[in-house]
Amino acid sequence: MSLEARMELHRSETFRLDVDISIPAHTTVALLGPNGAGKSTAVSSIAGLRAIDSGRISLNGRVLDDPDSDVFVAAEERNIGVVFQNYLLFPHLSSLENVAFGLRSRGVAREEAVSRSRVWLSRVGLDGQEKRRPADLSGGEAQRVALARALVTEPELLLLDEPLSALDVATRSSTRHVLIQHLEAFEGPRMVITHDPAEAFLLADEILVIEGGRITQSGTADDIRLRPLTPYAADLAGANLLRGSAEHGLVDVDGHRLRVADELVEGAVLVTIPPTAVAVHTTRPTGSPRNTWATTVAAVERLGPRVRLRTGPPLSLTVELTTAASEELGLVSGSEIWVAVKATEIGIQPNV
Amino acid sequence: MLLLVLAGLGLALFVVPLVGLLGEVPWADLPALLTSDIVTDALWLSLIASTTATVVSILFGVPIAWLLARVDFPGRALVRGIVTLPLVVPPVVGGAALLFALGRRGLVGEPIYETTGLLLPFSTWGVIVATSFVAMPFMVITVEGALRGLDERYEGAAASLGARRWTVLRRVTLPMIGPSILSGLVLTWARAFGEFGATITFAGNLQGRTQSLPLAVFVALESDRDAAVAISLLMVVVSLIVLIALRDRWWRSL
Repeated sequence: MSLEARMELHRSETFRLDVDISIPAHTTVALLGPNGAGKSTAVSSIAGLRAIDSGRISLNGRVLDDPDSDVFVAAEERNIGVVFQNYLLFPHLSSLENVAFGLRSRGVAREEAVSRSRVWLSRVGLDGQEKRRPADLSGGEAQRVALARALVTEPELLLLDEPLSALDVATRSSTRHVLIQHLEAFEGPRMVITHDPAEAFLLADEILVIEGGRITQSGTADDIRLRPLTPYAADLAGANLLRGSAEHGLVDVDGHRLRVADELVEGAVLVTIPPTAVAVHTTRPTGSPRNTWATTVAAVERLGPRVRLRTGPPLSLTVELTTAASEELGLVSGSEIWVAVKATEIGIQPNV
Repeated sequence: MLLLVLAGLGLALFVVPLVGLLGEVPWADLPALLTSDIVTDALWLSLIASTTATVVSILFGVPIAWLLARVDFPGRALVRGIVTLPLVVPPVVGGAALLFALGRRGLVGEPIYETTGLLLPFSTWGVIVATSFVAMPFMVITVEGALRGLDERYEGAAASLGARRWTVLRRVTLPMIGPSILSGLVLTWARAFGEFGATITFAGNLQGRTQSLPLAVFVALESDRDAAVAISLLMVVVSLIVLIALRDRWWRSL
């Protein structure tokens, strides 16, 4: 049970996709990259909506696309469940009819298709919503209908194209929870396409960073966070993604308390701190940023005109500053420093 | 203010003829006039011809629209031009062209006549052909526009769910462009119902066989003014009924 996809294709005169993706069973791989990197093209090719120019795609040993030996299995003949970007629920069909569509198209009798679809709607928590049209569903509900529609046909591979990016922050965490459950329960290979590092880090076992049609780095979330190979990956890594628990505007991260602007969120949270939002001082800063603590420089790395450093205990953060500022402060590995972060610069969202 | 005046003058162009027509209606004789053979024959023929032409336009026009919108082939612009030509060419010219091609001595008409004995000109089938010729382009351009506006990714989603091309068309594409097909249907039917020039040129003006309502009006104007007014009123009423019946969908989708 695995997906092997070596794909080469020209999307336009100037853009060429050239990637090699391999996903074992029961494993989630995230294809993480900026807009226009070729992520959706890769999805289309694997789903069979677009032929590759060269390479070979096979799923569980069955060749789906191989131009060299003139094999191309049409999309409707592939057994792949896709949750499309913006979901693409059929607007003229109810939730139930949307979910039943794949079964009906594959020749399952109406009664059986309806009962299996009901089961899946219930599994994604949409009991009693069978008759509603996509226009009457919230973003989170639409996402779950799309998930049920993709899973009801018992596909061999699950493809999710930006599954959460159309949702607002509040809906995102609860929907992500549902998504993680169903990803875990799905036996075959799974692939999540996203431009959001938080999504990739949370959903995937392995991350492939794609830029300009090529995979520039692969590894676990920690590999990419700690050893980014390109400026883009470094930017992703710099996203300082932490887990903590929030109460009355204070977030506890590994015993270290951070003051945040949002006082309404309680309980488990994801904390993001942009690396450029962390100020570095050699002496205790005057003025009153709410979060100030003493630490050391654990690592320093030059990235062209910028310097990226990693702070030591009590809270390991990635900090980015200009080379000039870094030289002025005389920062080297082991330097004793003070860091300050404004409460308003710290993003938090519930992490169910 | 100027806009209001211009709008008012413009509206007058539509309202005044209607008032003029209503002022001429011989209300007392109306029942007798409308039940005369000439009128009932022409009404029946018009309804049959325009409805058949609309069905023909759906049957052939939708596939043409699909071809123009979804299949990239050399000469597509030329094909689109030819299909929409009847919109700009005077119907009389269209009728004459049909006569040259499908008449007894025509390029296509002659072999048809010799093998089957079927003669299109001066027959009800001729009326339907002439009417379809002028009306189908409305269906083609409306549906082509709708297909172009439809996000093709929905069709891809349907395919990924296991739907074959025909199922995709039947269960996704056509329902999603349904409102536009309905608009095309109304436009096509309205154009067919009012068709005059191509019909009289190609099919002639034979009562009960090729004389539709507009032709009957034209003839009656020469001989029986009251009948002409009565038929005109009938056409206005039938057209209004169709427009009002489909108004909601029609406005929404246009």
